Amino acid sequence: MKTYVVQRLVIALLTLLGMSVVIFTLLRLAPGDIVDILFSTAGYVSPSEKQAIMKELGIDRPYWVQYLDWLHQIVTGDLGKSYRYDQPAWEIIRPLVPVTLELAALSILFAVVIGVPTGVVSAVRQDTALDYLLRVFSLAGLAMPSFWLGMVIILGLVTWFAWIPPLTYVPVGENFKLHAVQFLLPALAVGYRSSALIMRITRSSLLEVMREDYIRTAWAKGQRGRIVIWRHALKNAMLPVVTVIGIEFAFLIGGLVVTETVFNLPGVARFLVQAILWRDYPVVQNLVMFIAIVVILSNLAVDMLYGVLDPRVRYGR
Amino acid sequence: MAVRPAEIAIPARPRARGGAGTAIWRFVRKKPLGAAGGALMLVMLLTAVFADVLQTHDPIATDAAYTLGAPSVEHWLGTDHLGRDIYSRIVHGARVSLVVGVASTLLGSVLGGIIGLLSGYVGGKTDLVTQRILDILQGLPLLVLALVMSAALGPALHNVVIAISIPIIPRAARVIRSSVLSIREMQYVEAARSLGISHLRIAFRHILPNTIGPFIVLCTAQLGSAILVEATLSYLGLGVPEPYPSWGRMLSVSAAEYAQKAPHLVLFPGVAISLAVFASNLLGDALRDTLDPRLRGT
Repeated sequence: MKTYVVQRLVIALLTLLGMSVVIFTLLRLAPGDIVDILFSTAGYVSPSEKQAIMKELGIDRPYWVQYLDWLHQIVTGDLGKSYRYDQPAWEIIRPLVPVTLELAALSILFAVVIGVPTGVVSAVRQDTALDYLLRVFSLAGLAMPSFWLGMVIILGLVTWFAWIPPLTYVPVGENFKLHAVQFLLPALAVGYRSSALIMRITRSSLLEVMREDYIRTAWAKGQRGRIVIWRHALKNAMLPVVTVIGIEFAFLIGGLVVTETVFNLPGVARFLVQAILWRDYPVVQNLVMFIAIVVILSNLAVDMLYGVLDPRVRYGR
Repeated sequence: MAVRPAEIAIPARPRARGGAGTAIWRFVRKKPLGAAGGALMLVMLLTAVFADVLQTHDPIATDAAYTLGAPSVEHWLGTDHLGRDIYSRIVHGARVSLVVGVASTLLGSVLGGIIGLLSGYVGGKTDLVTQRILDILQGLPLLVLALVMSAALGPALHNVVIAISIPIIPRAARVIRSSVLSIREMQYVEAARSLGISHLRIAFRHILPNTIGPFIVLCTAQLGSAILVEATLSYLGLGVPEPYPSWGRMLSVSAAEYAQKAPHLVLFPGVAISLAVFASNLLGDALRDTLDPRLRGT
């Protein structure tokens, strides 16, 4: 187990190193740099002035120096300065993290609460009208862009209940009820989409397990259907479901990018879009790296969970 | 072991009864949902091809006298904040969505497919290194990667296609590699090798054609998400640039601003996106069940 964890950590670190190269390179492909963008509204900037600004921001140095400098910053936890705000990048990002984490956690909660039961029902009632209905319901979740669903939810509330959701962020301490509503709606929009994947994998995995001998034995013993399904079958069918939940949690951040924009929530994802539009390299680099780290860690956590959920999975020899 | 002349009767290939028509009819009967998806995709394709015929107005012509108009006889789905006809814009949007979706899916799947083919066929260290590199690409959420890419490349139709295709590469490579791994061990490949046929020829002439099933399944499955990513990028202003009418762009900030006054601004483009993705997912699921029985039900 120990060697396995060490092995996985080393691979994770190497993957992250690779990601840092990809992220760094991608951002340097961009035509134009921050100086052009900052001064595009100011009109003419003399070449010497531009040179001075680039020197101050450190973007006149060769790429490999900039890259090593960035790596050093990540390792030491100093994430550099935002070009636009003239503030340490971490100071801008930090207050945004809880918003995104809360939204992601709520979304995954919705996804599991909707996805697992519908998946179970759909598997148990395979090929009935109910099964078809639930499958279409989940496919619809995959098809609708979550940002559009968010817009429609807002529109519905405004039209039918004449209620406009708060346009600015309400902290928990200020007004709990408003805060809850503000988060539940986007979480529902994002969670519905993820629930579709969870539903599909629950259904297929449960269908597979239900064909196993021990399930037939349980039926033959005369055990009640509910116990056979929830206690015997689902327990073994959960392994792939957990994988999907783990992957989804990381990938939710992608879905949050637009949802946070639609609901005007000051999270990491919404800020990422703004930073990309401004070409604020340090902020984008660090945010995407942050997302990469979250993805890698959640994959690692899922793999570790396997051993707990399924005693047949043993790490190392 | 003495070599005996082959006595085993080679069963004649069961002839498909009827032509393509019968095959389609069988698909419709066995997979009604998939057939419905296929029909919808066909409608979308025809809409894209005949957009110029189907339009009732010039999709980019503005009309200051008729802004935010509700659906009417003149403007079937209403007009937007610049007085442009929404129906005509949606019809032309099908073209953009389909072109970007199909082009990026094909580009990503073909590149990924070739990588998967070579990596799976060569095996060993090459395979290991390739897989780790793909891990890196796949580790980033599709949308985040596409977002950074399209921002880096700048707003242009072909850049959007590239930005969406890159995240598809690792996914395609995985699928093709895994099917190559099993095909590689088949006897006919061994036979080809013993005849002294070059590796490259074996890979491309003998193995590649047998991965066509998973490849088609992969493409239909990716098409939906490519359309969705295009819509999202365009919504954020990082996708298809003006003047192309794109469904995602139609939903962008300006639509949200006027949503209360003119809900049709938000409703119709979203319905178009959802239907397109829904159709390609339905078709993809059915094709997967039909062409790749191993994956059935996943």
